[in-house]
Amino acid sequence: MRLLYSFQTMLSGNIAKVRAINARYAKPRLIMSPAVRWALLALRFYLLTLVGLLGYKFYTLVVQ
Amino acid sequence: MNWVTRAYYQLQRWWKAIRLYLIIAGPGLVVMIADNDAGGITTYAATGAKYQYYLIWFLLLLIPVAYYVQEMTVRLGAITKRGHAEAIFDGFGAFWGWFSLLDLLLIDWLTLVTEFIGMTAALSIFGVPAWATVIGVCLLMTFIMLNGRYWTWEKIAMAFCVLNLIYIPGAFMVHPSVSEIFSRGLIPNFPGGFNGELFFFLMANIGTTIAPWMLFFQQSSVVDKGLAEKDIPFGKFDTFIGSVFTVAVAIFIVIVTGTVLYGVPVDDAAQAARLLMVKDRYLGTFMAIGLFNAGLLGAICISLASSWAFGEIFGWAHSLNNKIKEAPWFYVTYFMTLVTAGAVVLIPGAPLVLITLFVQVVAVTLLPAALVFLILLLNDKETMGEYANTFSQNLVSGAIVAVIIVLSTLYGVSTLFPTMFG
Repeated sequence: MRLLYSFQTMLSGNIAKVRAINARYAKPRLIMSPAVRWALLALRFYLLTLVGLLGYKFYTLVVQ
Repeated sequence: MNWVTRAYYQLQRWWKAIRLYLIIAGPGLVVMIADNDAGGITTYAATGAKYQYYLIWFLLLLIPVAYYVQEMTVRLGAITKRGHAEAIFDGFGAFWGWFSLLDLLLIDWLTLVTEFIGMTAALSIFGVPAWATVIGVCLLMTFIMLNGRYWTWEKIAMAFCVLNLIYIPGAFMVHPSVSEIFSRGLIPNFPGGFNGELFFFLMANIGTTIAPWMLFFQQSSVVDKGLAEKDIPFGKFDTFIGSVFTVAVAIFIVIVTGTVLYGVPVDDAAQAARLLMVKDRYLGTFMAIGLFNAGLLGAICISLASSWAFGEIFGWAHSLNNKIKEAPWFYVTYFMTLVTAGAVVLIPGAPLVLITLFVQVVAVTLLPAALVFLILLLNDKETMGEYANTFSQNLVSGAIVAVIIVLSTLYGVSTLFPTMFG
């Protein structure tokens, strides 16, 4: 019971910490110039494509 | 008399500069030489066995590639006094920050598993069981960490870096033909024509030279060491020397396997060590010791990269100068990463080959992002001031980053779909 309580405390403490981090870094400090926006957009597409490929690979492995 | 005074004065200046460099040297050398980790040694051993000396010219091209990417972390760390993870959170917001941090944790952990695979395979050649290697390594790394000072940690790491040079005498032991090395290795060529297999090897060599953890590690290391703006030239020089050493070691491994094992299919460095052992006992021993040391050095640095990054973001004390009591979470993250990665190797039937391949795939999800962030952060004139990237620096580093992104992506994709490039 005591272990569960300390785990709960640690978890809630960490959740609060994550929220504080999200609040602290809510706004990017870098000025979002067109070049930066374009780079971040390209990065999103790149990562989505990769995740798609990984998903496809996983699907083919499962089907086999 | 005048020239004697001037020469003496010049000599004093040089001596002072050398002494200052020796104080500042470390992050660049350690990160670059640790880059020749267990996976790297396997790649170079396989490259030599497959293409003999013919790809040495390509390895030489990797010196400026590694230097230009890593020197940016020196400037960023010394000016902002922030690690790479914190710089990404601050510059691009929480979404990209969490993405980078969690991706880094995953890839560091997976890479750490591959280091343990390398170390256990290396010591198994001498009959040491895997469990003994894992426990021994964990104890050794605990001892290295618990000395409570960055300086001592760095000097111990540098001692392991020196051991990484074991391949150099190894190359002399095989008596390679120097004229063949020069005539075949230094003239750019594609042995057997440019085909899918060669492309895979080229990509693998780039993939092992630039890894995401290196960016995070060196920047945090620069901050932990306390390098200031005035130290940047020395930090850059340190990085340059490190990049020369890392490629030199790679070339000497290629010479060893290219001379002795040319035409023999080599799948990993431990297999190469065993094959070399048959030819020459000492040579095989050198290879195995080198592989173990490479895995250990990689493990020392990679586990720290995660701990530093988490400490930066969660606001925990995260310096090697802190004792356990002062920075408990920093050390807990370090040991948890280490012990769990070591434990995976001991699981009977664990998919170790799959993990090794998966590392390369996950790396390409983080590397391009980390490199793009690095370039954008280096263009933040408000923070970087005179140390921001100039037009020519942007041109060079931008081109290098673009090539790395394309090739490492193709490498990752070809790992997923091996028949893609024929």
